[in-house]
Amino acid sequence: MSDAIADKVIAIIAEQAMLEPSDVKSEHTLEDLGIDSLGLVESIFAIEEAFDISVPFNANDPSASDFDISSVRSIIDAVAKLVKDQS
Amino acid sequence: MSHRVVITGAGTINALGHDVPATLEAMREGRCGIGPLDIRDVDRLAVKIGGQVTGYDEHAHFNRQQISLYDRFTQFTLLAAREALGQAGLSFSGDMADRSGVVLGTSGGGLNTQDENYRAVYEEGKNRVHPFIVPKLMNNAAASHVSMEWNLRGPSFTVATACASSNHAMGQAYQMIRSGMADVMITGGSESMLCFGGVKAWEGLRVMSKDACRPFSATRNGMVQGEGAGIFVFERLDHAKKRGAEILAEVAGFAMSSDASDIVMPSKQGAARAIAGALRDGGIDRGQVGYINAHGTGTAANDKTECAAVADVFGAQADKLMLSSTKSMHGHLIGGTGAVELLACIMALRDGVIAPTIGYEEFDPECALDVVPNEAREARVEVALSNAFAFGGLNAVLALKKAP
Repeated sequence: MSDAIADKVIAIIAEQAMLEPSDVKSEHTLEDLGIDSLGLVESIFAIEEAFDISVPFNANDPSASDFDISSVRSIIDAVAKLVKDQS
Repeated sequence: MSHRVVITGAGTINALGHDVPATLEAMREGRCGIGPLDIRDVDRLAVKIGGQVTGYDEHAHFNRQQISLYDRFTQFTLLAAREALGQAGLSFSGDMADRSGVVLGTSGGGLNTQDENYRAVYEEGKNRVHPFIVPKLMNNAAASHVSMEWNLRGPSFTVATACASSNHAMGQAYQMIRSGMADVMITGGSESMLCFGGVKAWEGLRVMSKDACRPFSATRNGMVQGEGAGIFVFERLDHAKKRGAEILAEVAGFAMSSDASDIVMPSKQGAARAIAGALRDGGIDRGQVGYINAHGTGTAANDKTECAAVADVFGAQADKLMLSSTKSMHGHLIGGTGAVELLACIMALRDGVIAPTIGYEEFDPECALDVVPNEAREARVEVALSNAFAFGGLNAVLALKKAP
């Protein structure tokens, strides 16, 4: 289950970064991948649509959000938690 | 040939009041016009607050036939124009009508009309809409109705540059009179985006606050939308003097710039070029500027970038001037915002009262200017600036001087 989530999140991030999913590593930061604040907001929208969840994220203060965007890994974990909380 | 340009009439309707005196009183008192949104399907919105015009009944101002043609943004425009033209005491006929026009700013135009009618055809499955939907929703509807109601037969059009629309519009009006193209211009702007689709679209950007607009405060967490209109009568100085009109302020300088960099992130250089350009255009010394009505949206990015731009342009003088964001009280009127905010500049010059930035809680070292926190202040001001920096990187800054 968790792997399926990881694959989907990576696919979304890869599309945003215009990379192959295999080029996106869990330790990458969004900055590493060249995703800016607009790309981030778009990725979060895609994640919400893909998993039918609501992601708590305010672009004014990303660090204050519960949703940890510091790396690909942290995003996958945060999505997995939101999906679990919802079920 | 260059003519001097003055303001001889002002009108508004916004979350702080239905006219200029009520709005200025609220600004003096530091009253907040932001509250719970009262719109259809608000329960499906994540952002449930706004600077909404309350206590408003369109039937009290317009007949049924007018309402079928006037979107809310047009209604606000006409009400504000009535106040402004009433104050100016002008009527238009013959050559003077041909030499007078209307330039207004709006971003969304008849967004409420679009929202209602998309809902009718998509959600309710209707196959027919009212015959006047197109002339009601078009962005130039408000400018056209002003031209028709007051017989203004000269140059008229609408400017759409998102959050800078009104400032760009007023800049055009200023330049048209200055260059001799017109004698009187009705200008300013209007916005009414507080409908389900309008707020939902802004939610998507994730820059909206769910509780308050706190510009320059370290605790700020986003912008809050407002609605309303601000309308002014710009007139050639000698034209106004000849008829003994009361002059509210002089429009002394204007500049525009484009960041040419990012569709949403602001640029210090772009903002600074517009501010410095307005001073240069008006032959204004930095030390003459006592007050700046900031763009001050309450987002993390705008406020620190704006403060850095002001510090860049003014250098050591930056510590001597006051900079406040009245969006903390009336919200962000998007395409109409610069027009309502110009009222704060006029109040500073005429009444010597500086409108505060309310909701200010905590010092932010990245916004280390005198932001007139929470309480209005008395001060003598010779020159005031109004900043507007739009999404898309389009900047427009106006400079006003005390009435000559």
